[in-house]
Amino acid sequence: MTATIATTPSPAPESTLEGHGQPLIDKTFRWILFAATAVGIVFLAVLIVYVTLKGLPRLTPALWQNMPSIRNPDTAGAQSAITGTIWVMAFTALTALPVGILSAVYLEEFGNAKSRFQRVVDINIQNLAAVPSVVFGILGLAIIARAFQLGQTVITAGLTLGLLVLPVVIISTRESLRAVPQNIRHGSLALGATQWQTTWKQTMPAAIPGMATGTILALSRAIGEAAPLLLLGAVSFISFNPTGPFSAYTTMPIQIFNWTKDPREEFQILAAALIVLLLVLLLAMNAVAILIRNRTQRRW
Amino acid sequence: MKQMRDSEAAKQSSSDMSTTGRMDVAASLGSHGREIPETISNVVFGLDNVQVFYGDFQAVRDVSMQIGRNEITAFIGPSGCGKSTLLRSFNRMNDLIPGARVAGSLTYHGYDVYAPNVDPIEVRRRIGMVFQKPNVFPKSIYENVAYGPKVNKMKVNMDDLVEECLTRAALWDEVKDDLKKSAYALSGGQQQRLVIARCIAVKPDVILMDEPCASLDPIATAKVEDLMQELANDYTIVIVTHNMQQAARVSDRTAFFTADVDSAGVRHGRLVEYGPTRSIFTAPNDPRTEDYISGRFG
Repeated sequence: MTATIATTPSPAPESTLEGHGQPLIDKTFRWILFAATAVGIVFLAVLIVYVTLKGLPRLTPALWQNMPSIRNPDTAGAQSAITGTIWVMAFTALTALPVGILSAVYLEEFGNAKSRFQRVVDINIQNLAAVPSVVFGILGLAIIARAFQLGQTVITAGLTLGLLVLPVVIISTRESLRAVPQNIRHGSLALGATQWQTTWKQTMPAAIPGMATGTILALSRAIGEAAPLLLLGAVSFISFNPTGPFSAYTTMPIQIFNWTKDPREEFQILAAALIVLLLVLLLAMNAVAILIRNRTQRRW
Repeated sequence: MKQMRDSEAAKQSSSDMSTTGRMDVAASLGSHGREIPETISNVVFGLDNVQVFYGDFQAVRDVSMQIGRNEITAFIGPSGCGKSTLLRSFNRMNDLIPGARVAGSLTYHGYDVYAPNVDPIEVRRRIGMVFQKPNVFPKSIYENVAYGPKVNKMKVNMDDLVEECLTRAALWDEVKDDLKKSAYALSGGQQQRLVIARCIAVKPDVILMDEPCASLDPIATAKVEDLMQELANDYTIVIVTHNMQQAARVSDRTAFFTADVDSAGVRHGRLVEYGPTRSIFTAPNDPRTEDYISGRFG
């Protein structure tokens, strides 16, 4: 039981410490991993370089100053598609953000996580997030465009895309609410604040950076969607800007799709230029999301 | 795992004890020079057979005691003896844990805290709470203090109130030029004093403290302990602590809890002995109290 202290020095190692270098399998495996990573990056880089080089001649202010034209490929632009995208995105945000944030707050702060209702809702939201966008297009066409008789308008597109990104908004908002430590809520409640005051004045402000990041990423998914809008009847050729929620519209992905179908070389170049513009917009949105996340990182 | 931690803690405290010794603890008693009568004349909390359950599990059984006005009452005892659970039932913070339930009678100035028409919000406004980990809000120092009065719609001059509360919490001189700075910029000890300032800003009657110094270094602990002595003139304080020296130093009365292990191996907290701190530490009636404060078990 008594501990003994070793008095003899440990024996000298029988061999030297020289190694035999990296075994071949280690090196090979490392290269395979690197190659797998490189595939994605190289592919994306090639795509961006190719599209940019091809679209470069038409990446001029005319792209967003001129309207599309079938007869004059040399002067055609995409102004109606750009304004259409802005209109549709505005209505997408108006649909998805309030509904998504309020449902997330209910589920996270007020609902009973163990109730059967909430478990059913949880599973449904997870699954809805994985539903292909074209299915939402069919839903929008059947219910919003036809049953509600909203027709082929900006508001139909906004509502449909709003429903499409709703699960993503709910999930990301819930996650940012969950990241707020419980002891902040308890601190507020212990001061005699109501649950509503605690949620509104403590939990939600603390979760705003996470919510902002999640919703921007959700909107950047919606902005590139073409499939549901094709079903919803976004007009492929339209040479005026939307005038309101009940106006006909086109969007950037639809315009790209339309131009690439045209055999004339000028339209191929125009499509490439508009793809570059859409990519820049997407990257900018993602950059803003990352910026918000990094700027407001909290140490709880 | 938990058992192991507890036994380690016991070893720890027993080694502490063997160096400091019980006589030193006894010598530091009553440092704030107040006479503590045997019986409590001005009762704030009256507990009669209080039991706390989490679902089917009975965490605290049959606690009957009274807590006196403007006194510092310390709850001591080994881990898992239900002292924090009992403390949280005083201001209905246990309501936030699904399945938590209180049986027996728990009165505050004669009013049943768990009567059906009682609003837990109103209870918590009068009975403030300071937690183990300083839980400052992710806001400025000023807003941390002003939050309680604002949500309770108190009609006060906010600047004056903030200054008054920070002064009472012995923090004003350290932060008066940085009121707009984030509370996260403060040290742990300063944060805990800010939490105390925030707590007294709603003008409570009682302050419950759940191991308020557990995450603080000895210097910050000494400051919070001094503050408690100072606040006891105006407030009733109930403190849960693992630190027996702390209980001996600051409290007027001490309640010693322990955990009974039933035949199924489940631990239930129960009150063993309650009385003026001096008698608990110098002449305990129960051998278990004697063993605990002399460090023979933890």
